[in-house]
Amino acid sequence: MYKSLAEIIAAEKEKNLPFWKVVMQDDCIELDISEEESFQRMKYMYEVMKASDAAYEDNLMSRSGLVGTDGKKIHDARLADKLVCGDFIGRVIERAVKMGESNACMKRIVAAPTAGSCGVIPAVFITVQEEKGYTDDQMTEAMFVAAGIGGVIAHRAFLAGAAGGCQAEIGSASSMAAGAIAYLNGADAEGIAHAAAIAMKNLLGLACDPVAGLVEVPCVKRNVVGAVNALTSCDMVLAGMISKIPPDEVFDAMRAVGRAMPENVRETGTGGLAGTPTGIAYREKITSL
Amino acid sequence: MNLFDIIGPVMVGPSSSHTAGAVRIGNIARKLMGEEIAKAKIYFHGSFQLTGKGHGTDKALLAGLMGMPVDDSRIPRSYAEADIRGMAYAFFPIDLGDVHPNTVKLVLDGVKGKHREIVGCSVGGGRIEITEIDGLGVSFGGDYPTLVIRNQDIPGQVQQVTTFLAEENINIGTMQLYRAARGADAVMVIECDKEIPEDVIPALEGLKGIVRVTYLSLK
Ligand code: SF4
Repeated sequence: MYKSLAEIIAAEKEKNLPFWKVVMQDDCIELDISEEESFQRMKYMYEVMKASDAAYEDNLMSRSGLVGTDGKKIHDARLADKLVCGDFIGRVIERAVKMGESNACMKRIVAAPTAGSCGVIPAVFITVQEEKGYTDDQMTEAMFVAAGIGGVIAHRAFLAGAAGGCQAEIGSASSMAAGAIAYLNGADAEGIAHAAAIAMKNLLGLACDPVAGLVEVPCVKRNVVGAVNALTSCDMVLAGMISKIPPDEVFDAMRAVGRAMPENVRETGTGGLAGTPTGIAYREKITSL
Repeated sequence: MNLFDIIGPVMVGPSSSHTAGAVRIGNIARKLMGEEIAKAKIYFHGSFQLTGKGHGTDKALLAGLMGMPVDDSRIPRSYAEADIRGMAYAFFPIDLGDVHPNTVKLVLDGVKGKHREIVGCSVGGGRIEITEIDGLGVSFGGDYPTLVIRNQDIPGQVQQVTTFLAEENINIGTMQLYRAARGADAVMVIECDKEIPEDVIPALEGLKGIVRVTYLSLK
């Protein structure tokens, strides 16, 4: 996998191939599979995301009782035209909440990059596809862009809350989605990298502080911020803004921040929201279940 | 790492370490048994014990022991599935000391009478490690076809096994040696590039000084 976005940008120019293809070809060598096989595998990942989105059950609660049924609230409020953000962002919010809840309720999801952050990419991708009418093949190309960005983040920093806080999970998912949507809207590798960088910058420092150690609170709602942040970051780049800090350096900063985070905000379920009096009370109630 | 480690796996939530990893430990334990499991005692340590209930670690492990993959929609109903199959199971807390926080000890009895005690941990992102088999420390991730050979701690064992495998045209990827104490039983863990033909296992078991051979097939 590529170690920097700079290398992918250079390869795009040198080989005269789009970002997604540069990343895919490299992975085909790594996995010793054909381009066709790789493309079909990625397409399947997107199909599963869509199936998971459609399979949301609005009456399920997680075993702890902390999350569930909120997807329906957003859905109803959106249809009643009550949301400030309107229908498009409303659908993004709805999908992100639903996927996060489905994950907590032990339904089938695609870790992207992790299970806790599994709602960000589908919420953005499916809604953008619905809105703009991209084909599944185009969405699959965008999936490769997302995975390529994630690969660089994994190399330079981390993708696990236990290693680097929630910036590593929701932050990475958001960064991956931002670059992917920039690609669909015509951005080149440079633009993709800047969208990814801006999304990551906006979530830098985010703590991983799940109440009772469960992937529920605040995880479900953070999928919403990751998704919406991806879209606004993408728009900044489409309008011509750039990240003043080069994208690879942004990921290095994420690593440095993650390294400096105390253990109690790295998935131990002790600090941050988990360490509030109410967070502790929930934990005690849940562990006595 | 490859792109499908970044996007993927397809799994039943909520946690790659506490749910998907637990399924995989169950899958590998089942393969190491080499037969259907009749009875499982499952001992959760550390974070598995503390947050396991909320992450469905119990259901996931049980599902894994029945051979369900990480994306099997029946995982949340694995208790009922085990009851239908007549598989006995029980869960206990345990303190295994200074081990990985996501560790589980499995005491398993097979339908044909095999007994195994396996300890494994979930190290993140759904990846796992088997750390102990029948009281002897080992370390492998179950990503390759793996031979676990328990032998008497006498000279010439390693050479005997490697020569035998070479004659069978089996290429060794990595090999690790472990023993509990001088003169006690030892274990060789051999990860291979390709699957091993079935008839090789009994032949290996027939070699002098070999106590037991367990084979982890990825098929
Ligand atoms: S708070 Fe922690 S567990 Fe929850 S989504 Fe963020 S990184 Fe994952």
